[in-house]
Amino acid sequence: MKDKFQIEGLDLFYGDFQALKNVELSLGERAITAFIGPSGCGKSTLLKSLNRMNDLVEGCRITGRVLLDGEDVYGDMDVNLLRRRVGMVFQKPNPFPMSVYDNIAYGPRTHGVRSRARLDGIVEKSLRDAAIWEEVKDRLKKPALGLSGGQQQRLCIARALAVEPEVLLMDEPTSALDPISTSKIEDLVLELKKNYTIIIVTHNMQQATRISDETAFFLLGEVVEFGATEDLFSMPKDKRTEDYITGRFG
Amino acid sequence: MRDIHGLPAVNRVSLRQRARSYLRRPLSLLLFLLVGLAALLTAATLLFIIGYILVRGAPHITPSLFELTYNSVNVSLFPAVVTTVMMTLLSLLIAAPLGIFTAIYLVEYARRGNRLVGLVRITSETLSGIPSIVYGLFGMLFFVTALHWGFSLLSGACTLAIMILPLIMRTTEEALKSVPDSFREASFGLGAGRLRTVFKVVLPSAVPGILAGVILAIGRIVGETAALIYTAGTVAQIPGGKDALFLSGRTLAIHMYVLSSEGLHTNEAYATAVVLLVTVLLINTLSAVVARRLTKG
Repeated sequence: MKDKFQIEGLDLFYGDFQALKNVELSLGERAITAFIGPSGCGKSTLLKSLNRMNDLVEGCRITGRVLLDGEDVYGDMDVNLLRRRVGMVFQKPNPFPMSVYDNIAYGPRTHGVRSRARLDGIVEKSLRDAAIWEEVKDRLKKPALGLSGGQQQRLCIARALAVEPEVLLMDEPTSALDPISTSKIEDLVLELKKNYTIIIVTHNMQQATRISDETAFFLLGEVVEFGATEDLFSMPKDKRTEDYITGRFG
Repeated sequence: MRDIHGLPAVNRVSLRQRARSYLRRPLSLLLFLLVGLAALLTAATLLFIIGYILVRGAPHITPSLFELTYNSVNVSLFPAVVTTVMMTLLSLLIAAPLGIFTAIYLVEYARRGNRLVGLVRITSETLSGIPSIVYGLFGMLFFVTALHWGFSLLSGACTLAIMILPLIMRTTEEALKSVPDSFREASFGLGAGRLRTVFKVVLPSAVPGILAGVILAIGRIVGETAALIYTAGTVAQIPGGKDALFLSGRTLAIHMYVLSSEGLHTNEAYATAVVLLVTVLLINTLSAVVARRLTKG
């Protein structure tokens, strides 16, 4: 498996607090990698470092390297282009207060697509890929905020797909959703794996075992263990991993 | 209480139950009476003012009040209406972009701990605490005298613009701050830059709040007298022609002030008050409609 992301010696500070300590990871292409660990362990922080969303956080300082296809994202790569290649889905569904159509078209329009016909095509394809087309095709002009929580989250996935990213970062995408919406999103993520590299942060260990190929376990800003999901959950090498996945803490 | 489908609604507290519970707690009763009285008094004051003005003014609204030009016989308020509209638009034209852009800078661009931010905040707070007569004096010394603009629409509008600037800036700032960060994150996450994020996502969501500030500002412009007497003068005419900006004109509020201070046209002053009241009401309704339109899309 080819590596999409290589993280080398990454340290991250919020002011004086060190949130990530010397993280070394290689994340496979067209695979699903899960980040697990207790709250505040740095897994979301690491996720946000991959498309530089941490740049928006005041007082955040990063050292080390994050290579995307061998190119350092903290080098002279254009941030907006990076975020186009590395899309993101957030914990809480956050559609814009616009119509369903305009939500999806926002990304492509940002990157210069003006032709109505092309936009129509992109909107339909993205919504189909996010398995929500059938539910919204008759209400493309209606406000996106009128959709249910699960639909909104799939809409947000569609919106991320509309700019044709290579990687999809998902920050606990199902934590605000009911079990049925959750399983729909999990199916969708497995489907998307064919074309996209997916990195997902989750609090739900069953979810990690159900969908991910590899799993990284985080504790206090460090990667304690990283490996094939099956191995990590069936025979963890580290005592702390074992304690966590058997529910002794966290 | 009222029966629904023949069944008594159990969730309604009957008057007798309420009375009994209040009798058991006299302090609650007292407090209830106090807050009720306060609410009643507030409503009554407003209604009284509006009613009084209507009763005194409405009978004196005659067609001659709306003649195109003013003279001491018809005491027409029409030029004042036109001047008021011109003054309002001109002041907003200067203050709104400035105030809104300043707020955008403060909320969206400036980093925390930026010195300029502190300076702008202190300035705006100070500006909003100054009585309007002081603005009037400044306007007269600076715009009227130093810049040789004379008593004119432009001098008046510039003075008013400075006066309403803090108001527009602060309300816009609050409106921008109330836009959830998740919208910004979503936009940045799709590879949009700051400019696009601000103008396509943040500003549209903040429009109702910004408009509320603009409405407040319009209220201040329409009601202002002190700052205008020294800067725009009191000539009752419609400033027209290519020098319109440099001609004097009196707004409705000033018209009222002049009429009542001369003491010769008290009835017409009340009639003007009615027109002023209706104008302000119209502006408010119009802005509310515009806000609803803008937020729908």
